[in-house]
Amino acid sequence: MASRREFIHQSSLAVVGTMLAPAFLKVFEKNLLQPDDKILVVIQLSGGNDGLNTVVPFRNDIYYSKRQNIAIAAGEALKISDELALNPAMEKFRRLYDEGWVSIVNSVGYPNPDRSHFRSMDIWHTASHANEYLNTGWLGRYLDAQCTDTCHAYRAIEIDDTLSLVLKGAKLKGLALQDPQKFYQAVHSPIYESIARFGKPADPTNEHIAYLYKTIAETSSSADYIYQKTKVSSSYAEYPNSQLARRLKTVAELIQSGVQTRVYYLSLSGFDTHVRQIPQQNRLLSEYSEAIYAFVQHLRTIGKHQQVAILTFSEFGRRVAQNASNGTDHGAANCVFLIGTQLKKSGIVNAAPDLSDLDDGDLKHRIDFRSIYANLVENWLQADPTAVLGRRFEPLSLL
Amino acid sequence: MPTHQHQLQHLYLRAGFGIAPQDLVAGLKMPLQEHVERLFAESQVISPLSLLKDNELKLIKILLAGQEGRSEMVAEALNRGRELNLLWLNRMATNTATLREKMTLFWHGHFATRTFNAFFAQLQNNLIREKALSKFGDLLLSVSKDAAMLQFLNNQQNRKGSPNENFARELMELFTLGRGNYTESDVKEAARAFTGWGFNQQGEFVFRRFFHDADEKIFMGKSGNWGGEDIIRMILEKRETAWFITQKIYRHFVNEKIDTEIISELAKHFYESEYDIAKLMKKMFTADWFYAPHNIGCRIKAPVEYITMFRRQFGMQFEPEHALLFLQKLLGQILFYPPNVAGWAEGQNWIDSSTLMIRTLMPFATWREIELPVEPKEEGDVNTAFLAQRGFRKLKATANWQPLLTLAGNGSERDMLEKLASYLLQTELSDANQRLILQNTPRHSREAAVQFISLALASLPEYQLC
Repeated sequence: MASRREFIHQSSLAVVGTMLAPAFLKVFEKNLLQPDDKILVVIQLSGGNDGLNTVVPFRNDIYYSKRQNIAIAAGEALKISDELALNPAMEKFRRLYDEGWVSIVNSVGYPNPDRSHFRSMDIWHTASHANEYLNTGWLGRYLDAQCTDTCHAYRAIEIDDTLSLVLKGAKLKGLALQDPQKFYQAVHSPIYESIARFGKPADPTNEHIAYLYKTIAETSSSADYIYQKTKVSSSYAEYPNSQLARRLKTVAELIQSGVQTRVYYLSLSGFDTHVRQIPQQNRLLSEYSEAIYAFVQHLRTIGKHQQVAILTFSEFGRRVAQNASNGTDHGAANCVFLIGTQLKKSGIVNAAPDLSDLDDGDLKHRIDFRSIYANLVENWLQADPTAVLGRRFEPLSLL
Repeated sequence: MPTHQHQLQHLYLRAGFGIAPQDLVAGLKMPLQEHVERLFAESQVISPLSLLKDNELKLIKILLAGQEGRSEMVAEALNRGRELNLLWLNRMATNTATLREKMTLFWHGHFATRTFNAFFAQLQNNLIREKALSKFGDLLLSVSKDAAMLQFLNNQQNRKGSPNENFARELMELFTLGRGNYTESDVKEAARAFTGWGFNQQGEFVFRRFFHDADEKIFMGKSGNWGGEDIIRMILEKRETAWFITQKIYRHFVNEKIDTEIISELAKHFYESEYDIAKLMKKMFTADWFYAPHNIGCRIKAPVEYITMFRRQFGMQFEPEHALLFLQKLLGQILFYPPNVAGWAEGQNWIDSSTLMIRTLMPFATWREIELPVEPKEEGDVNTAFLAQRGFRKLKATANWQPLLTLAGNGSERDMLEKLASYLLQTELSDANQRLILQNTPRHSREAAVQFISLALASLPEYQLC
């Protein structure tokens, strides 16, 4: 029996040359991002970020009485208004806030909130009602909507190895990649590259087979295109050492390269703080805040900051009262951040959450998250929000 | 016209998880009709999953455990969950009651439920397995009284005076009638009828009379002091239920593009047989149209099917088996973790740039013991975090090559390729792909050639279809 390595090495599959397809690249060159094309970066805080310890109601007695062990002391919080302050771990984020780069929207949610992670994230991804199940995400449907004659998966990129539902449309799905070089290496693994270059279906009219071959061809050419465009990596080095920071650096480099991507999607996980919340959440908020700050500085350095808006959300907030383990359990409405230079109203957009009017111990939502999506789709991505969201939501005027 | 071999493979791929290479030669000597009989005969055996003897998460135990004890209980429960997952996945790869397991998987997606309690998950899985080929009404009633379902769709909170509509709504929208065949008022009235349906710590159904709303309800235009059983009976009286279930089964087992004429006839039959699932399945598997060219090789394998078919065709054993959890996660289908109550979205929904890359690289990765160049996403939910553990990335597996060597024969490389392609692929192999494989086939030994050709075939887009 042959040794495993032996036959892989002997086969010419192992030595297929680098794929450089000049014709492909030429087509792509024509499709560079235009200076007035806007870019949306979405950061998902997975696990249910505790909004009340992120944007702290430091004058509210109910807050302190319900969170005896885990409330953020008024003296420690970073004040941004007479009522609200940021978590002390968000020093860098506060700097952006002071510069007028941040909109904070309070009490965002949806009717009949679901307290399960996966279901609530599903609802945020698909923009469905709580009792409705959709197979496409809102940014996937944006991909569908903007795809008229030429459709490219890389118009929406998730900086990750696997693709979330949010980027899956009916016609087109976004691209998942962790970093351009790794992605390039993966499509150039011998078997994948051989199929992409030389493979052909016997019956191209078989719809599924055609779809599979098309997916491979497109993944492969997109990986080459992105790798070629970003090979000269930027010298900007002011990023902290965290996964989110590395991923945001990748986004900044992709933006700098002129790759025609309108949507970038990233996640930061670990917010499910049922036990000993304070150190865990502070570490994550600090990672978030430092990474975002570096990213914005990077965008400024390359002169792209006016083209980019950053949305941050979590699938739900947490209960107002702490639990017995110095943590918090799954709740409902939560705060959402929008960061950018083109904000209609920077600062705190709407009233602080009302802790005296709760729904079974949870914050009530005052703003439907889909009215934020509607605004982003219409005024930033320049698509039809009713087509993308499946129904009309009165846009919240943020951008 | 498809060959007899492709038709035979088609039957086993759709009614089970594929025919093993060592069974193919003998199988070809038997007419399809006999194979159908055999599939049903072998599935008469009902062997439940028996990992857990009792509910390990009883309230009193949780209360007495204290802080640290509770963390341990959580960790233990997660372990049980993954053991149960692997137990079932291995069952699919090895068991002879293959049709029963396939039906169990189908109903598992139909009555999609998530529960943290592995004992409840096991109970539900076993009751679905037991009734997977019985009357649909029996299955439906059992699932409606099942602890995991009652818990998942909040019927434990459904009480007189404060009804919870979750179960009643999904019962009609997803489990039986489908949208458009009932009204909002039917949902409200049905919810009242199910008040008081709950479960105890053993996971047994309990009718809590005190919480039940025994007053009159008007359901589908009929008034009476209906209880849950009445609602289910009236739902089954509607022909729309037969249609809804039949078209779902057809789309899953035959072709996602529906043929209205065929489905109407099947649905009529299904209704008149009092929803006999076995009869419906047999009618499908023995119909000429089932073996028509356009119904062969037109289904994108769901990840669990993909993994299981690969294991059966290659006699593949994974070590450590946790890699199988990792694969489920990366490919987007984890047993016992459906995305929501609507179950898994099928067809092209399975395929994106990332999942197709994993499917393309997986066959050689198992062989070369290399790590897949991907990491699963953390979802932030402590309950599923174990699925993303990085240690699972390396796929180490041992194939049983002898049956494939026998199947490939002693002819030329082209000859072996043709034989292996006929076995592993349900659609034709293009000249370009033949050339691609033959050009790269190692020539120093027949074993190496067969191994390379088989794995290369399993890496192709065509292999994603069954």
